[in-house]
Amino acid sequence: MTKAWRLGLFGVAAAVLAGWWAAACVGLPGFGGQVHPYGERAVGASLERHTANVIASVNFDQRAFDTLGEESILFASVLGATMLLRVARDERRQRPLAARVMPSTRLFGAVLLPVTLLTGAYVVAHGQLSPGGGFQGGVVLATGLHLAYIAADYRVLERVRPLTVLDVADAAAAAAFTVLGLVGLVAGASYLSNTLPLGTFGELASGGLVPIINAAVGIEVASGVIVLLARFLDQAVEVGGGPGDGGSRTAGKEDGG
Amino acid sequence: MSGVMGWLPYAVAGWILLVGLYGLATSRNLVHTVGCLAVAQSSTYVLLLAVGYRSGGTAPVYSDAEPGTPVVDPVVQALVLTDIVVGATVTALLLALVIQIRKRHGTVDPERLTELKG
Repeated sequence: MTKAWRLGLFGVAAAVLAGWWAAACVGLPGFGGQVHPYGERAVGASLERHTANVIASVNFDQRAFDTLGEESILFASVLGATMLLRVARDERRQRPLAARVMPSTRLFGAVLLPVTLLTGAYVVAHGQLSPGGGFQGGVVLATGLHLAYIAADYRVLERVRPLTVLDVADAAAAAAFTVLGLVGLVAGASYLSNTLPLGTFGELASGGLVPIINAAVGIEVASGVIVLLARFLDQAVEVGGGPGDGGSRTAGKEDGG
Repeated sequence: MSGVMGWLPYAVAGWILLVGLYGLATSRNLVHTVGCLAVAQSSTYVLLLAVGYRSGGTAPVYSDAEPGTPVVDPVVQALVLTDIVVGATVTALLLALVIQIRKRHGTVDPERLTELKG
């Protein structure tokens, strides 16, 4: 297909899509409207279960089963990326080179690494109280750890990143979510229903099952994202020698074809 | 809210979707294609948040606000969170596939990927 043909086809399809989109938007409630029946019911249910952060309540209590699916997608994607980016038979691992870093950068990393990790842990732990939660805090934890790469080099990152432990933590946390759902069944309610003591509104141990599932998700997201990034970084830094490898370590030489 | 602001956020979401699709249709680099897919997908964030917005509403977190304070719709916010997580994982998986394609075919230009190879 030539470029002109393709653009023409896209233009027609885009015009049709835009038309239907506009027609659909006419039927939507006006932006900023005061009527949110689902939202009001979700807020009511959340306050009833002593969870200050309504979004955490929706995710880990009211829609916990959907979040189990979402978390399984995350787990499957980490698994898939690990499979796709494994070292192939015709590739070899090279020891990453030590890099020279300015002392001020190194100091910056050494000071800020614990601070970012603490921030991540805080965001995870207060998921049921304040904006944040397992998903957000997990990403903060995972990306914060990579300060070790920015402020030092890949060898240092490999030392602060025990991949075997994180692989197991990822799987264990994903399993923990599934098993925690059984608490509801034991109490005689349905799977993943919030039957634990609800605690005092606004305290760290409030919301029943919410902070526990939240913590499991935090561990899973943090270890999953670290493992995922490790696979990609390994490809860039360590793995070389494949058939289509145009010398990824030597220079950013683009394929001439 | 009436006038232009009543429908502008929905139109912006549609525009982001079309821009992303345009990029997908004309892309000459698979990494760029994956980025365009992420752009197209981010239109759903705008759409969902626009549907859930309430004029004068605050964030649906009651640690500081008194119960009864008008808040924006928390259900769509939770949906957007799910959306972002799934979007990020799909992007990661697609980029892993692009790395494999680059290794096996020596190119990331979809125009040059014409043959099947084991």
